[in-house]
Amino acid sequence: MSIVLESLNSALHRVMENDASVYVLGEDILDPYGGAFKVTRGLSTKFPGRVLTTPISEAAIIGVANGMALRGLRPVAEIMFGDFLTLSADQLVNHAAKFRWMYNNNVHVPLVVRTPMGGRRGYGPTHSQSLEKMFLGTPGMKVVAPNTLGNPGQLLEEAISDEDPVLFVEHKLLYTCRLLESGKGDLIDYEYEQSGQTYPNYVLRYPDRIPQLTIATYGYNFELARPVILNLLMEYEIFAEIVLFSQLSPFDLDLLFDSLQRTRRLMTIEEGTLANGWGAEVVARAVEAINRLWVRRVAALDFPVANSRALEDAILPSQKSIMEAALALVKK
Amino acid sequence: MPLRYNVTVMDNNYALYKTMLLIRRFEERLLVEFSAGNLVGTTHVYIGEEADAAGIFSVSDPNDVVFSNHRCHGHFLAYGGEPYRLAAELMGKSTGLVGGRGGSQHIQWRNFYSNGIQGGIVPVATGMALAEKTRQTGKVTLAFIGDGTLGEGVLYESLNMAALWKLPILIVLEDNRYAQTTPVEKGVAGLMSGRFSAFGIPVWERDTTDVLEVCAIAKEAFHYVRSGVGPGVLILHTYRFSAHSKGDDSRLPEELTRIRTFDPLILHKPRVTAEECSNAEAEVLTIVEDAFKRAEADPYPGLSVKE
Repeated sequence: MSIVLESLNSALHRVMENDASVYVLGEDILDPYGGAFKVTRGLSTKFPGRVLTTPISEAAIIGVANGMALRGLRPVAEIMFGDFLTLSADQLVNHAAKFRWMYNNNVHVPLVVRTPMGGRRGYGPTHSQSLEKMFLGTPGMKVVAPNTLGNPGQLLEEAISDEDPVLFVEHKLLYTCRLLESGKGDLIDYEYEQSGQTYPNYVLRYPDRIPQLTIATYGYNFELARPVILNLLMEYEIFAEIVLFSQLSPFDLDLLFDSLQRTRRLMTIEEGTLANGWGAEVVARAVEAINRLWVRRVAALDFPVANSRALEDAILPSQKSIMEAALALVKK
Repeated sequence: MPLRYNVTVMDNNYALYKTMLLIRRFEERLLVEFSAGNLVGTTHVYIGEEADAAGIFSVSDPNDVVFSNHRCHGHFLAYGGEPYRLAAELMGKSTGLVGGRGGSQHIQWRNFYSNGIQGGIVPVATGMALAEKTRQTGKVTLAFIGDGTLGEGVLYESLNMAALWKLPILIVLEDNRYAQTTPVEKGVAGLMSGRFSAFGIPVWERDTTDVLEVCAIAKEAFHYVRSGVGPGVLILHTYRFSAHSKGDDSRLPEELTRIRTFDPLILHKPRVTAEECSNAEAEVLTIVEDAFKRAEADPYPGLSVKE
């Protein structure tokens, strides 16, 4: 049984083996260290000319990757912590995302930017954030997040073969999570349905049950959502279904709307802060599409992510806070 | 038969004069169209700096990669771009270089690119040079910056990488002494050249608007970078005769009069005959008139929601 880290690492090995135009660049990614979270381990040994260790220059790392992408290479750039994406924001928003459209489809930018996001490891305010929400809705750029239900390596391969820029957001705690297997372990009671896109979305439900609540989420939050819906069932006999997104942006919510037609209750879960988050956009679109919805967003409280475990736990969404939100929503 | 403009890449006096004249008359026409209310938005004209573009592109290779900036028209025309397609783009027509989507600052044609973020083009150009090097194409990548660009941090990140990885990038710094309304004395500390030599990057520098002097020094810089040894920088101190864009020029009339003596057309004119001069004037007039007339008649684009 594979863990997310292995899935991502082996995908990079596979892609680099099969496509000589794929280059990997980032800070401290050379072996033996192999990258801060080890996702790039082994690559510099096997593909010595195509793994570039860079100075600490987040803006130029993405800028250089943009130039490489414009001129026939397929760069996979790593930004060591997602918190540092703000340093690269200009190159993402004003260059990578814009070149193709503003140049009237004369060019392509097949760029992938991989970055670990998220807290719960006590790294403190500038190394624990979930900043992906800042890049949602940027025209010309996709935002994608792996999870344990899909195949993270395959998702990364799709991102690398995408002709347009993809921001690939990996939650730090996901790296050591096991990939789920159909009909086994955690998934034993569920059926799930996959939507057929390149970056698949899933709905996870109890077969032959009428759900009362739809939970929409992505990434690591799925690990928190699963025990919550089990708890809702066991303690309250409330059936909930989870709509799990790999593609965060552009927003493709058909699978979610199908579920909402049945439940009319939507709860979103994300680890970033509430305002202008992923959930805010999902809720806005759901309410535009479907009448008589009750909605609730679960997100981090309005504080930086504190270092002390006690504070971090209080600030970030927990099974407890998700449970409370779900019950409040169902009682409406 | 439609008029087609071709730049012959020849290091001769007439061709250089005509290139500079084309840029001058095109940009002057642009300002007229703005004043007449036929063009909206903004633009950054290259008037006064023509020797740089004409000189550089007379010694570059036609296949070299170019990343220009907001003040890109002169570079584009000297590169061999069609005046008509540029005029159409400036007018927002569907026949424009990028279908009206980019306008003055954001154009793309063959290996020519431009964008409107100061400094933002330099890391991109650095990455392009990296790609050209790994693919062994032999192309040099040019990145055009100004004195104002020296304020952007990402420039220095890029210089570091270009030097570390020995990339075939030639950065051309056109110092026209003003970043919008800010003179260099208020914007640039220390030496311009020092910034590049700090990374071990060789600098070719000249204070001139004489196109033959630009040709000579550009030739040296290109030779070095094309050899594959590493990046190089060409600093050309020049003069901007018009405003930064529209209405943003706080210079006094005395200064504007004084710098006109450095007009590259005036400096180069003695090297062509009177007949060549009037021929060039007539041909350029026809080219510019034709470009804007055709562009004026073209349709506007529609928005395809699908993409």
